[in-house]
Formats: sequence, structure tokens, C-alpha cells
Amino acid sequence: MASTMKIRAKSKDGETTVKALMNHPMETGLRKDKATGEAIPAHFIQEVVCKAKDAVVMTAAWSGGISKNPYISFKFTGANPGDSVEITWTDNKGESETATAEIS
Amino acid sequence: MIDAKRRILLKGSLAAGSVGIAVGAGLLTPSAVLGAWNEGAFGATDISTALNGLLGSDATETSADITIKAPDIAENGAVVPITVESSIGGVKSISIIASGNGTPLVASFELGEGAMPFVSTRIKMGKTADVVAVVQAGDKLYSGAKNVKVTIGGCGG
Repeated sequence: MASTMKIRAKSKDGETTVKALMNHPMETGLRKDKATGEAIPAHFIQEVVCKAKDAVVMTAAWSGGISKNPYISFKFTGANPGDSVEITWTDNKGESETATAEIS
Repeated sequence: MIDAKRRILLKGSLAAGSVGIAVGAGLLTPSAVLGAWNEGAFGATDISTALNGLLGSDATETSADITIKAPDIAENGAVVPITVESSIGGVKSISIIASGNGTPLVASFELGEGAMPFVSTRIKMGKTADVVAVVQAGDKLYSGAKNVKVTIGGCGG
């Protein structure tokens, strides 16, 4: 599957700011289908792992309370322009996606 | 005759054994996938159970060194931008709680080496409530809160 995640990583004065957008429905499992009245099964990202230069910078654990097509931003130090940032998410169905970006 | 029985017994125990292995593997797979996901904490319907499950304690100290950036009025509860920043040293994790939601614990960010105490994301809010940020630094928990007025709910609906 082609990666649908967008990552921007910018370095300024030794601080790297990463912004990422993921494509995901983020269903809580509580919403009901208006036409049939049946509950839409839960389907949401549970874990997001962010790595820079193969070292884990941040691990996020999420519930269905994160908005659809999640946005995440964080900052870290110790990386330079040209280094790579890797973000991987895993959802409650075991699906996952990984994307990388170069720090500019 | 005796021999045949032995065969049957062997077959039976072998089958039972493989079923056991299959069940074991079945149980192992999701827990391996969800290694870091804390079902008890995220499924909890009150804040203290969620915090106890996630961080082992719900004793938080109100701190002015936690900045929560969130809109005063969110027109759409399905997308509420939240930014949490802290000037407390040695922050290990930042958790975001929407206290009015059915399951209040929304997200928990574990900060690794080099990470700065800053996270930003968008959350769903069912109704007007306080957004609470719990920052874990050392063995202490600090919290900050900001009220967000929601005009259209983001949960259920």
C-alpha cells in the first residue's frame, strides 16, 4: 500500500519539529450507522512510534478519542538536517503503516 | 488391542496439545501487537481509574508550568486542537484527558531521549469539559487543566 501519511520535519537551532498527518477513520465503536442503526465497529490507532536515527523519540498510546485523520506534532533535540524521521502507527485491528521523512 | 488404544490416546493428546498451542498463539498475537496499549486505562470511565492504570497513581499536583493551548470554544467537538507544553524538567510522559468523555483518557505520549515536553494533536470531545494534561516527571505527576466549550459533540452523534 502506498503510504498515505504525511510527515514534515524541520530543524531550527538544534530543535527538530515534526508534524505528521495520518489517514485513519478513528472509529470509537460507539457511533451508529444512521441507516441501519448498527454500531460501527471500533477501528482506531492504538500506538504511534516515532524514531529519529533509529532511536525512539516518542511513543504515543491513543484511544478512539483522537480525531479522525490524526494530526501529531512533537519536538526533539539531537538531530541534524538530512537525518531521517520514521513514524509507525498500529491500530486495534493490527494494521500498521510506516513512513519516513528527511529533516530539512 | 492395547496397542490400538495407545495410538488413540496418543492421537488424542497430540490433538489437544496442538489446540492448546493454537490458543496460546492466538492469545499471544494481539498482546504482542498491543504491547504498549493499556486497555484498562483507556477503557476506564473515570479519570482516577485511568490514571492508576496508566501511571500507577492518580495523585497529581496542580502545576502552573503546564501550558495547554486549546480553543475556548470548539465549534466542532470532533476536532479540537490541543497543544501541551511544559517547562518542568525531566518529563517522562504527557497524557491528555478529556474529562467529559465517556472514556476520558484520550492519549498518552511517552517521551524518549531528546524529546522535548511538547505535544500537539487533535482530539474528540463529547461535551463542554476540562481538558486535563497530566505530566509525569521523576516519580511525580503534575496536572494542568483548561476548559473547552463544545457546541457540537464529537462522540456518538
